[in-house]
Amino acid sequence: MSAVWTIAGYGLREALRRKVFVVVCLLTVAFLALYWLGARYAFHHIANVAPPEGVDAPTFTGAFLFGMAMFGTLFLGVVLAIFLTLGTVRGDAERALLQPLVVRPIGRSSVLVARFLGAGAVCVPYVLVMYFASMVLTGLEGSWWPDRIVTPGLELAAGVLIVAALSLLGSVFLSSIANGIAVFMLFGAGLVAGLLGNIGHVLNSSGLIHAAKIAAWAVPFEALYQDGLRAITEKTSGLTGFLLRLGPFGGAEQGGAALRLWAVAYLVLVGLAAVAGFARKDL
Amino acid sequence: MPAALAVRGLVKRYGTIDALAGVDLEVREGQLVGLLGPNGAGKSTLVKIACGLVRATSGHAEVCGAGAGSRAARSAIGYLAELFRFPGWMSADELLVLHQRLAGSGPDERQRTELLELVGLRDARSRRVEEMSKGMQQRLGIAQALVGSPRLLLLDEPTSALDPVGRRTVRRLLEELKLRGVSVLLNSHLLSEVELVCDRVVILLGGKVVAAGSPGELARSRGVEVETNGGTRTYADARREDVPRLVAELVRTGQEVYGVRLLTSTLEEVYVDAVGGQTS
Repeated sequence: MSAVWTIAGYGLREALRRKVFVVVCLLTVAFLALYWLGARYAFHHIANVAPPEGVDAPTFTGAFLFGMAMFGTLFLGVVLAIFLTLGTVRGDAERALLQPLVVRPIGRSSVLVARFLGAGAVCVPYVLVMYFASMVLTGLEGSWWPDRIVTPGLELAAGVLIVAALSLLGSVFLSSIANGIAVFMLFGAGLVAGLLGNIGHVLNSSGLIHAAKIAAWAVPFEALYQDGLRAITEKTSGLTGFLLRLGPFGGAEQGGAALRLWAVAYLVLVGLAAVAGFARKDL
Repeated sequence: MPAALAVRGLVKRYGTIDALAGVDLEVREGQLVGLLGPNGAGKSTLVKIACGLVRATSGHAEVCGAGAGSRAARSAIGYLAELFRFPGWMSADELLVLHQRLAGSGPDERQRTELLELVGLRDARSRRVEEMSKGMQQRLGIAQALVGSPRLLLLDEPTSALDPVGRRTVRRLLEELKLRGVSVLLNSHLLSEVELVCDRVVILLGGKVVAAGSPGELARSRGVEVETNGGTRTYADARREDVPRLVAELVRTGQEVYGVRLLTSTLEEVYVDAVGGQTS
């Protein structure tokens, strides 16, 4: 187990030295600054606007803006997770960085677990800081707070961990660039699933809604994001609730405990596939 | 006591290409074996199988009695790849600490100091890898391979980036390791070095062993050279046992003999004969 922590620490130090980490941090500061400005203007303007009947304007504005911030958080977290893991196996083997490590008396699975923990140690705090910073900015500017405070943030973090695991799995078989593209496309597929769900709800098409749900569960980071969106307006009902459930980037859908269990199982399955693939790989 | 490395009928196939086609090889305890062959002969594949980086298609490889690639086998080896890279941001000392932890030997500062001294990098302890020359990195690679006091050292072209002084440092290091009883499989193109330090030489061609033995056993007799007052005479077909007779005949015919030298082929000539002039 100490080898796992040694490699995780090594991976963490390497991650923090990568330029992508600095770029993401700069993007984060820019995003939060723009988000704060946007929230400030939005709440300022709705004070002077008469909303349609049945719509609670401050709640709608707060939840809509915060939903967008959640998407931004998920997106930047995914960027970070992919860039930290896309070359873990084949990429590092091609750069001859991996071989000196795996000839040591540690299991190959330990290397994967360690690199996953290293990526998680960067991505999870990042997502949580971003999530809570957006929430505080929204609350301070509009006096709106989500119905569930912690759970949506944890679900976003779990979604990013799933992307990191998928990227690790991809790194066993694909070169760094191919893996990065593949995982981003998978992330895009999840986004499309969410948008399809939106359209399904607007058209009241049960077939489309069902297909979107299956697609979202096939890539559970999307289903977790949708569940998080749902949780922030859990107690909001009426027209406001309906509009918010359509979401800014993918609809809000309740996943519940079944989704969380599936996410854990999915993570384990992806991990096992990566370990099995790596064990058979010639380096 | 089991051999440090025992390889029997080893086959490795990449698609339709046989990288190794039934190799038998043994490195005994404390023995230094040179692995020679043209590019693509299968040398690196053999070393990688011994390290557990590559799985054999068939055959068997054991390191100190344990299956190659097993945890026990990996605990007994030190490895330096032909192409290797260490994280540029790490210092020499940090890299050795990392490998000490992975080898399970703990961050022993005394061992790190000794290893850095052995490879002539004592003053570069705090220097980052990215600030080192290729030769320094290669010597650091050797120090890294020695972390954990391995019983078998697998070195794949360890002197390819070194200048003559660096090569001499490595040669002395190999001799020192031999004295300590460490077994070494040295994969190298530098025949003169292999000839100087190795107990045995194995030549691979097309994934097969085409010659094996000590440098002395592999060297063929190329006659006897006798220096006399009438000049130097070469007897191309003569052998060591012919020398007394040759000298007696020369003395009987009134010539003065100043010196006798047995002529043998160099390892380079043995190698060229064995691989048939093939380069890759």
